Amino acid sequence: MSAELFSVFYQFADVFAFLILSAAGLAIVFGMMGVINMAHGEFIMCGAYVTVGLVNLGVPLPIAQILAALTAGLIGIIVEFLVVRRFYKRPLDSLLATWGLSLIVTQSMLLIVGSAVRGIGTPEGSFAIGEYTFSTYRLVLFGCAVAVLAGLYIIFMKTRFGVIARATMQNAAMARALGARTGRIYSISFGIGTALAGLCGALYAPTMTLIPTMGATFVVESFVTVVIGGANVLLGTAPAAVFLAMIRMALNASYGQIIGQIGMLVAVILIVRVLPEGLSSVLVRRGR
Amino acid sequence: MLKLLEGPQTLGRGKVFWSCFLAVLAGALIYPAFADSYDVGNFSYFLIWIFMALGLCLMWGYGGMLSFGQTLFFGIAGYGYGVLAINMGGGTATIAALVLSVFVAMVAAGILGYFMIWGGISGIFFGIVTLSATLVLAFFLGQTAGPEWHIGTARLNGFNGMKGMDPLAVGDFYIEGSALYYVMVALIVIVYIALRMLVNSSVGNVIVATRENPQRAEMLGYDVRKYQLLTFVVGSGLAGLSGALYTSWGQFITPSSIGLPAAAMPIVWVAFSGRSDLTATLVGSFLLLFGFQTITIYSQQAALVLMGALLLATVMLAPQGFVLGVGRLVVDWWSRRRRPDTGPALADASRLQSDET
Repeated sequence: MSAELFSVFYQFADVFAFLILSAAGLAIVFGMMGVINMAHGEFIMCGAYVTVGLVNLGVPLPIAQILAALTAGLIGIIVEFLVVRRFYKRPLDSLLATWGLSLIVTQSMLLIVGSAVRGIGTPEGSFAIGEYTFSTYRLVLFGCAVAVLAGLYIIFMKTRFGVIARATMQNAAMARALGARTGRIYSISFGIGTALAGLCGALYAPTMTLIPTMGATFVVESFVTVVIGGANVLLGTAPAAVFLAMIRMALNASYGQIIGQIGMLVAVILIVRVLPEGLSSVLVRRGR
Repeated sequence: MLKLLEGPQTLGRGKVFWSCFLAVLAGALIYPAFADSYDVGNFSYFLIWIFMALGLCLMWGYGGMLSFGQTLFFGIAGYGYGVLAINMGGGTATIAALVLSVFVAMVAAGILGYFMIWGGISGIFFGIVTLSATLVLAFFLGQTAGPEWHIGTARLNGFNGMKGMDPLAVGDFYIEGSALYYVMVALIVIVYIALRMLVNSSVGNVIVATRENPQRAEMLGYDVRKYQLLTFVVGSGLAGLSGALYTSWGQFITPSSIGLPAAAMPIVWVAFSGRSDLTATLVGSFLLLFGFQTITIYSQQAALVLMGALLLATVMLAPQGFVLGVGRLVVDWWSRRRRPDTGPALADASRLQSDET
C-alpha cells in the first residue's frame, strides 16, 4: 500500500518539478517587469547545451549544471541590456522582440551545431519500494524544484534586494523616487529569470535528447503555469503548479502524456474564464 | 456600400490609389500568360498565406488582439479539409470540404475565443494562451503516427503528415495551375474589399474603438466582447481559409505547418508590413513571402534567422511596420507635391491610428 502511495507521490513530484522548474524563470520576469520572455525556451536550451558541453569536457555534472545556470543568467543580463530594456513600456513589443530573438537563436543553432548532439544519459541510481523501482534523479529534480521555491522565498522576502524588488514591483515610479535603482533591479531580475531557465535546461539535459528546438517542449508548461499563477511567483506559480500537476498526473496515468497536456490546457482555459487574474489574485485577496 | 471602400480606418483613397489597385490587379491577371506554369504555381503558393496575414491584421491591427494562434486555425482547417476530402471523395465535394473546414475552424475559434474573451484575457496573455493551444495541437498531431489515429478513412500519420486528398475540383476538372491561381486572386480581391468595407463600417469603428480603449467603448454602450469575438472568429476563419487552400494546393499537410517556427511567420509578416493597415499587410506579406521563398531554396534556417532578425528590427526601429512607414512617406511626398489640400486628411488618418498599444 505504501508503495502505491509513494508511486502516486513520485508521479506528482515528477510533473510538479517540471512545471516549477520550467515556469519559475518566466514567472519572475513577468511578475517584475510584466514582460513575457518568448526566448525563455532558448535560455533553457542554452543551459542544457552548456551542461552537456562541460560534462563532455570532463566537468562533474553538478558543477556543470551550476555553471550552465550562471551562463544563462549572464547572457540574460546582456540580452536585457541590449534588447528587453527598451520595451518595458511596451510589453506587447517585448513579446515580439524576444520571439524574434528566439527564432534567430534556434535557427542559428540548427545552422551551426546541427540537429543532434551526443547526450550524457540520465545519472544512474534507482531505489525500490515494494515491487516498484524509482529513478533517484527524478527525486533530485523534485528536490531542486523545492529548493528553487525556497531560494526565491529567501531572496524576495528576506533580503534587502527582495524588499526593493517587491517595492519596484508594486510601484516602480515610487520606488525610483525613494532612491531604488529600478533599472538595475530589472536587469538583475531578468538575470535571475534566465538563470532559472538555464538551471531548468541543465537539470533536464541528462534526461532528454539535445536538439536546438528543445525549448519548445517546455514552453507550453511554463506558459500555462504563468497564466494560471498570475503575477506573483510565490503565491501564484507554486499553487498553480500543484494544481496543474494533479490534473496532469491523473490524466497522464490513465491516458498518456499528450492527453495530459491537452487536459492541462483545457483546464487552464476553463479556469481563466472563472478567475481572469489568476490564482495569485484570489490568494492575495484572501490573505488581506 | 461602395462608400465604405474608403474611410478613416484604411489608407489609400481617391483615383490615384484605385488606379494603382486596378493596374496591379490587371498585372496579376495577365501574369500567367507570360510566366511558365512552375512560376504560376509558386505565385499561388505565396497567395495562400495572404488570407492568414489579412486575418491577423484585422485582429491585431484593428482589434488590438495579438493572436499567436493563426497556425492553430490554419491547421484545423488544413487537416479538416484533408479529412473531409478523403472521406467525401473527390470531385465537386472538395468545394464543400473547403467551406466546411473553414467553418470548423471558425467554430473552434468561437469556442476558444468565448472562453478567452469572456474570461477577460487580453494583451500578452491572449498571445500566450493562443500559442499554447497551437503548440498543443502540433504536439498532438505529431504523435498520431500509429494506424489507430484515423478519422474515417483518413490517416493522420503523425509527423509525416496527412496526404492523398484530392485538390479542389469541379466535377472532373481539377482546379490546379493557372485555374487555382485565378481562384486565389479572385478570393484575395474579395477578402481584401470585404475587409476594407468591414473596418470602415460602423462595426469596424466599434472594433477600432475597442482597441483604443475597451472601457470607453463599453461605456458608450457597446458589448465589446461580442465585437472582439466577431473579430477573432473572422480573423481566425481567414487563417482557416489559408489552411484549407494550402492542403488543397500541395495535397498534404504536416504538424510542422502548425508548431514553431511556423506560428511566428504570420506575426513577422504583419509586424513588418504594418499591422494597422490592410493594404500595407497585403503588399508587405507578399514581398516577405517572395523573399523568404527565394532564400529558403538555399537554406531554410538562414531564411528563418532573417525572419527573426526582421521581427526584432521592426519592433526596435519601426514599431508601426516598415512597409506602412515607407508607404506613408511616399504618400506624404506625393500629396505635398500634387495637392497640398489633402495633407490634413492624411494627417487625420494617421492620427487615428497612431496612439495604440
